[in-house]
Amino acid sequence: MVTAVTSFGRSGLYDWMMQRITAVVLAAYTLLIVGYLITTPDLTYAQWSGFFGHTWVRVFSLLTLLSIGAHSWIGLWQVSTDYIKQTGLRFVFQAVCGTLMFVYVVWGIQVIWGL
Amino acid sequence: MNKKRPVNLDLTTIKQPLPAISSILHRVTGVALFVGLVFMMYALDQSLTSEESFNSISATMQHSFFAKLIAWGLLTALFYHLCAGIKHLLQDFGYCEELESGHLAAKVTLAAGVVFSLLMGIWVW
Repeated sequence: MVTAVTSFGRSGLYDWMMQRITAVVLAAYTLLIVGYLITTPDLTYAQWSGFFGHTWVRVFSLLTLLSIGAHSWIGLWQVSTDYIKQTGLRFVFQAVCGTLMFVYVVWGIQVIWGL
Repeated sequence: MNKKRPVNLDLTTIKQPLPAISSILHRVTGVALFVGLVFMMYALDQSLTSEESFNSISATMQHSFFAKLIAWGLLTALFYHLCAGIKHLLQDFGYCEELESGHLAAKVTLAAGVVFSLLMGIWVW
């Protein structure tokens, strides 16, 4: 049996809610960025860095990075607890995923706020 | 319950219903996006570091078949995952939970995934 010690909020209901709230954030950000790129075909560096210079874009990007961390943790936790039955192997898999998520968040903050 | 009843867990002999296929693809695309985030983060980093790195990454996106393939794959996964997520949210609210409507929702989700994949392919190339 898999206990919930490694789940995101240590409560299934909390994880369930978090997964949905972060999903809405990620969907909105996806539409914003893809929409921007489609409506700006001949994008220049000045336009692009100007876009990411707006405070609201930076804040939204930070929210998205944190949402990626939570959303992917809950998702990969579900997938790994479903398919990886061996505790040691599952622990290693989750540790690698957790480290990678942390790297994504720190890297992203560096890119967005280090302009 | 009779514990000796026959159990078949051999996936290759089970015909997966459409909702099962749409569900497993939701998971597969989720894992793929997590791994593919390395490429998205790299491209974002390069695009914002300096004008030279911006020009270099946009040249790569315009001329490298391999880069386009990765971008197309990730966009396909992203939009499928998004559509399947919307389906999931609708089902959380109690819609499309019956046999027929659930089947239809899976069909629509898969079809939307294919349409988005084609559109993204046109956009990338």
